[in-house]
Amino acid sequence: MRHLLSAADLDRQEIIEILDLAEEMAQVLHRPIKKLPALRGRTVVNLFFEDSTRTRSSFEIAGKWLSADVINISAKGSSVSKGESLRDTVLTVAAMGVDALVIRHQASGAPAQAAQWIDAQVVNAGDGMHEHPTQALLDAFTMRRHFRGRAGEDGDGPTDFTGRTVASVGDITHSRVARSNALLLRTLGAEVIMVAPPTLLPSGIDSWPVEVRTDLDSVLERADIVMMLRVQRERMSGGYFPTPREYTVGYGLTRDRLARLRPEAAICHPGPMNRGLEISADAADAANSLVLDQVAAGVAVRMSVLYQLLGGADEDADHARATSATVKETIR
Amino acid sequence: MSDRASDAATAASRVVMDAEQIARACARMAHQLLEANRGADGLVLLGIPTRGVPLAERLANAIEAVEGVRVPVGALDITLYRDDLRQNPTRAVGHTRLPVELDDAIVVLVDDVLYSGRTVRAALDALGDLGRPRAVRLAVLVDRGHRQLPIRADHVGKNLPTASSERVQVRLAELDGVNEVTITREVAQPSETEGDVG
Repeated sequence: MRHLLSAADLDRQEIIEILDLAEEMAQVLHRPIKKLPALRGRTVVNLFFEDSTRTRSSFEIAGKWLSADVINISAKGSSVSKGESLRDTVLTVAAMGVDALVIRHQASGAPAQAAQWIDAQVVNAGDGMHEHPTQALLDAFTMRRHFRGRAGEDGDGPTDFTGRTVASVGDITHSRVARSNALLLRTLGAEVIMVAPPTLLPSGIDSWPVEVRTDLDSVLERADIVMMLRVQRERMSGGYFPTPREYTVGYGLTRDRLARLRPEAAICHPGPMNRGLEISADAADAANSLVLDQVAAGVAVRMSVLYQLLGGADEDADHARATSATVKETIR
Repeated sequence: MSDRASDAATAASRVVMDAEQIARACARMAHQLLEANRGADGLVLLGIPTRGVPLAERLANAIEAVEGVRVPVGALDITLYRDDLRQNPTRAVGHTRLPVELDDAIVVLVDDVLYSGRTVRAALDALGDLGRPRAVRLAVLVDRGHRQLPIRADHVGKNLPTASSERVQVRLAELDGVNEVTITREVAQPSETEGDVG
């Protein structure tokens, strides 16, 4: 595998391989020694231009449990705050002989751009309103476990999502999670419904392979999974909905709506949750809430992705030398 | 004369163990295991995927036939502990399943072919991260020689002198539909790329 920039990069087989390997990796969580030697001598840099707790820390833990050296660089406290460009920062980090760069950036397409500048592997850890493929993978991992039944660890259950319906509810416009999920879940064969107020549906959603609804109550009884998206206050410059209270009434997973879900349906939320806004405390803490399972899956899925990217021989045997050569070339 | 001619035609592959010989070897190894361990107490059989897993299962069956006790059987995948990951494209990882805690157990590693010893080295490293067994033993169906590390088997189904240019292949009914061990004289490299040859 080369880079992970978009959920659309992965075909069904590749997704299933990543999820199956993540199941193996998940066993490490229960071991006395949480360490596998597979990525010894590899270096992974987390380059985060935007705030993050769970994505950054789970990539860090994933790399460390696979024995890679992991370094975190965030925009605050780095030369980025002195005005260094994305390109210079990426080239500088790559010049240190890094094997993989995990990038989060507020601009859509930044990781894809970076992948063209350097030879190291690039993982998109969330770019603007575009994509967040590892989140989609860990959501699929969590949903698949739910579908298989938590008991069936040896996983004889379905490996695809044919006949399953997943409803993503909320701020679709600003949600990279919604976009990556739609792509990945469609590849796996699920039906995807996007539910949002008309103001929070992105232009061009007609071309997405999904069903679009503006009325949450009409889809509650159809969904196997209800994915509640965070209302991104930091991206809301107003005007998307009148008041938080009205948003909750129209699109929140309230106690009433919780009661109307199908008995075997489950609730997901990529976090961090705004309790009382898009999701009620009852729903967040319900027995069929998978929110904490999603967090736990994050490490295993990212271990799987890092192994797929870095576990084998370099595609180019002269990888390291080539990298530093190109970097010198481009900097000049 | 005609026999020799047909042999040459089938790319010089010959059967060195048939189904019965494999069954007898498994039964004998089970007896030896029980004798060396003075019974089945504390034994845990861990097969190394792919073909070590059904072999471990067969040994457990043979032990049960003799001793009337079912010893725990599991699988230990060693892919993430291999020393040649960087020499090959990304390898698929197999399934690891531990039936019981390994602390204080007598772990018997089971594999089909013992060759360079590198697979066993990797398995020992993996065990070290999983617990602290009281002892680790090694049982293999075929020992073909050519060790590259100071490792030997405690129980061997058959010692098979080979040239490193030859290829030893174990086929088991559970996976391959037939029980046999063959040697093929090939120019193929002594297969660092073969998952099962270690």
